Amino acid sequence: MIKTSGLSKTFPGGVDAVLGVDLTVEAGEIVGFLGPNGAGKTTTMRMLTTLLRPTGGTATVAGHDLLADPRGVRRRIGYVSQGGGIGPATPVGDELLLHAMLYGMRPGRARERAGEILERLDLSGLESKPGGALSGGQRRRFDLAFGLVHGPSLLFLDEPTTGLDPQSRANLWDHVRRLRAEEGLTVFLTTHYLDEADTLADRLFIIDHGAIVAEGTPAELKGGTGTLDDVFLSITGRSLREDRPTGDPGPGAPDGTGGGPVARAADEGR
Amino acid sequence: MSEVKDILRDTWIVFLHNTRIVLQQRVGIVFGVVQPMLYLVLFGPLFATIGTWETLVPGLLIQVALLSTGLAGFGIVFDARSGVLERLRVTPAHRVSLLLGRVLSSSVTLLIQSVMLIAVGYAFGMRAWLPGVLATLVLMTLLGVSLAALSNAIALNIGPEMFAPVMSTGVVPLILLSGAFLPMSMAPGWLDALSRATPFRYVLEAVRDLFRGEYATGTVVAGVAVALVMSALCVTVGTRVFNRENA
Repeated sequence: MIKTSGLSKTFPGGVDAVLGVDLTVEAGEIVGFLGPNGAGKTTTMRMLTTLLRPTGGTATVAGHDLLADPRGVRRRIGYVSQGGGIGPATPVGDELLLHAMLYGMRPGRARERAGEILERLDLSGLESKPGGALSGGQRRRFDLAFGLVHGPSLLFLDEPTTGLDPQSRANLWDHVRRLRAEEGLTVFLTTHYLDEADTLADRLFIIDHGAIVAEGTPAELKGGTGTLDDVFLSITGRSLREDRPTGDPGPGAPDGTGGGPVARAADEGR
Repeated sequence: MSEVKDILRDTWIVFLHNTRIVLQQRVGIVFGVVQPMLYLVLFGPLFATIGTWETLVPGLLIQVALLSTGLAGFGIVFDARSGVLERLRVTPAHRVSLLLGRVLSSSVTLLIQSVMLIAVGYAFGMRAWLPGVLATLVLMTLLGVSLAALSNAIALNIGPEMFAPVMSTGVVPLILLSGAFLPMSMAPGWLDALSRATPFRYVLEAVRDLFRGEYATGTVVAGVAVALVMSALCVTVGTRVFNRENA
């Protein structure tokens, strides 16, 4: 589903954000992508989702060549960014219809698909609400709906549960697991939470200094003894927990803000 | 050919979506036209004692274009910040459609505002030539496209904090130099020369001719040419900025 070879991005000014990433993701896998801040995690994700043009290497994503056919890639993937993509003022249902139609669906079909996906994510009846009136967990599930409305075969999730309360996190995990089980969806996710990586992902990649430094199932990486935390610390020399974006209270903190977007990850690596 | 069809379709979808929002919320339309309307009502009767309504109303049309459409980039700043823009950029929609749909919708807003000003102008006793007024609305559409595209490009470049102060200050000299309140033919030489370096003067003088019923003049030709060149240029710049990575 994803195959990259030497995928790299050099930013003007000579900073190497990503030196060369080689990874393969099979159809139907849930893959976790971990790394300290500035390691090239978000830059890699933005390249794979066509938001950043790679400066070196090759990649095939969802059956299309990333460099030669970015529109082909866009048709087949869904992407949920860290901060989400919901404006505060317009009804989310209207935005979802526009989003679906930009994938070529006619209005009737778009409405049908939107209805299906909202039903499946327990969001029916909230279509007319503006983004600002949704709870943190609802917002995140709407973000998921935007990423899924066109029936992609591959879904990218950037820090999907950052800032959510434990219940909403568990709920989102359930939805992701079910989508994989029922529709064979492939999921590529970045996360700051090792428990999330441990429970949700079949396989993990750890990136540091712009290259993949470790790969394997959570069990393989742990080697039967330590925790993922120890593994991460010994590989990168840093604890993943120290790297939480500033202002993020972490899991377990009450979500009283209505899920306002956290610090956007777009600055990473620039 | 199917590429062009896709672009037109996507542009149309984005245009309808944005226009529906504008029409539902209405604040954008009313807010933008308040200031020129105040000039029309509170300054117009005064101006009419020395000049004509047919001179003033075209000036206020340029004013509303700059004040209202010039600030159209505000919307894209919010969409960039809330992640909406990035979400749309991952769809297969052509980027030019995402920009153009938005820009055309701003242009419709300007058209409604222009009609409001012209209608009140007539009510105050303006005697403008109707075909000239209709031709003016076409020019206003071009002006709206230019200003909205440019405003979006600037907004994406300078970010949300700087946009409002820079633009609300930047449009003032452009309004004054267009001769919106008094024709530039009355200005001293240096001011007249400065004014000739700005595009809006040409469009404004063409509109004044059109309002008077003089349509076959060099001034009208110049105004139309400037409006056409300006919209082509601004859409090109806007698309380029919009296409750029990380924009």
